[in-house]
Amino acid sequence: MNGLRATLARNGVDGVTLLLLPAALFIVALFIYPFLFGLVLSFQPKTGDWLANYARFFSDPFLYDTVGKTLKLAVPVTLLNVAFSVPVALRVRLMANPKLLTTILVIPITLGTVLVAEGMLNYFGPRGWLNRALLEIGLSDSPVHLIHNYWGVFLSLVITGFPFTFLLTLSYVTGIDPALEQAGAMLGARGWERFKLIILPLLLPGLAITFCLSFVQAFSVFPSAVLLGAPAGDTRVISVAAYTAAFEEYDYAMASAIAMIMGLVQVVIVAGTLGLQSLFYRGPAGGGKG
Amino acid sequence: MIRTQSVGGRLWVWAIWILVGFFIVNLMGLIATVVVNSFSTRWFTTWLPVGFTTKWYLSAWDEFQLPDVLLATFEVVGAVVLLSGLLGVPAAYAMARREFPGKRFVMLLFLLPMLVPPITFGIPLATVLYRADMAGSIVGVVLANLVPTVPFVILVMIPFIQQIDPRVEAAARVFGAGTLRMFIHVLVPLLTPGILAALLLVLVRTIAMFELTFLTAGPTSQTLVVALYYAVFAAGVRAGQSVDAMAVIYMITTLAWLLLALRFVNPTQIVTRAKRA
Repeated sequence: MNGLRATLARNGVDGVTLLLLPAALFIVALFIYPFLFGLVLSFQPKTGDWLANYARFFSDPFLYDTVGKTLKLAVPVTLLNVAFSVPVALRVRLMANPKLLTTILVIPITLGTVLVAEGMLNYFGPRGWLNRALLEIGLSDSPVHLIHNYWGVFLSLVITGFPFTFLLTLSYVTGIDPALEQAGAMLGARGWERFKLIILPLLLPGLAITFCLSFVQAFSVFPSAVLLGAPAGDTRVISVAAYTAAFEEYDYAMASAIAMIMGLVQVVIVAGTLGLQSLFYRGPAGGGKG
Repeated sequence: MIRTQSVGGRLWVWAIWILVGFFIVNLMGLIATVVVNSFSTRWFTTWLPVGFTTKWYLSAWDEFQLPDVLLATFEVVGAVVLLSGLLGVPAAYAMARREFPGKRFVMLLFLLPMLVPPITFGIPLATVLYRADMAGSIVGVVLANLVPTVPFVILVMIPFIQQIDPRVEAAARVFGAGTLRMFIHVLVPLLTPGILAALLLVLVRTIAMFELTFLTAGPTSQTLVVALYYAVFAAGVRAGQSVDAMAVIYMITTLAWLLLALRFVNPTQIVTRAKRA
């Protein structure tokens, strides 16, 4: 008995290690188990053989189109957010006190998509301030339709997604040693060259992770697709399809199948991005943040 | 610091700031319209409403059963904060202080619920909770909300714990303190700023957590954000100003706690999980 205890303790397993058991068991019970349960359930359709749910998903355009529609929203939005985050983060890095700016940008993340959707319905609506300003300046003759269509959801993903992407990028950018860029400047590299040859290679691992996290969030867009989009048309995203199956048709097996497909698409994109990134430079100067 | 000298370079810097300014102006605009509309009598074809009133707050209070909704919100948030602290802090301590076989695997276990978006795991989770007859109640909502917050507390707390000199704990052990006493008398006092920061962030995140609550809540366990969603969804049933009055109440509840949280953490840590602490 004592011998076993001593062996375990030597390997780092003792009373203190056991403190993580409650949390680990909780995650296993309420995250891993439901996931496996959903996977098994998705192969037990209400009618038909074990693959019937998946067969239905990939034969019904109303269902399989949701993957394309969601990708059509999530990929451009994420690319745009990442592309804007990098130059902004590079400037904010030089600010003496960026706390006010970062605080303002945390607000939309904190308020969440539902409140942003309600604000957008007012602000971007046909009688909202933005359209009023556009008409007043003369940039447009009639109100621009920015809600209840693709662009409403797109804009909401920019408003909540850009701050998230930016703050993440900022944390990677500030991890790059400024001395490296100074050395480049001393050797005569211009601004663009310093960015292309020094900063970008060091930033790429971080950017790949930023892209993945932002993409996964955009891909699972739900409340704004319903409130700001056309949930029966252009913005019938995959989460809407899963929700409809579960809570309107009460077909939990089908809903689980859609959730699994949603997870699979996310995994494929994330794995692809990280795979691409591993082709580029990886080294200790990358801020040491992995 | 390297100064930008060329004309093109300066234009580029200006373009970036104009873009950021444009973003912030629109962001402030959309928040301001909600606040202005909630106080307006009528607002159709003018820049500002015809008149101002506070009556929509009274009507929202009754129409949306806000006392019940607020009570449910505080119950859910309170339970989530307390439980995620109780489960998360000890686990973070073990992760910070011990090296054991399979530690990377356990770390992955804690990372996954934060990386997988709530709507993806929320649907199977809600299914399981419905089968167990727990969905629809406060208990189900609390359990679902704990799934991302427990790992969040663990990841925020690990660097805080690593900063504490292990010799302090060793000294406590030498004087005969068990793990529990050491926790109460040594670790918790030293970790108070970290625990406060982690739990305040959990609080803000739980008030704003829409998806998981939406998927698991029943009529009696709706939190404020879910009630707001239903109100916006059924726009036209109630006066728009009334919906906006509820939106303002939601905003105040969230932002008050955010301001408090920002006294303890850097804004970037809200998304980066205090990696640099």
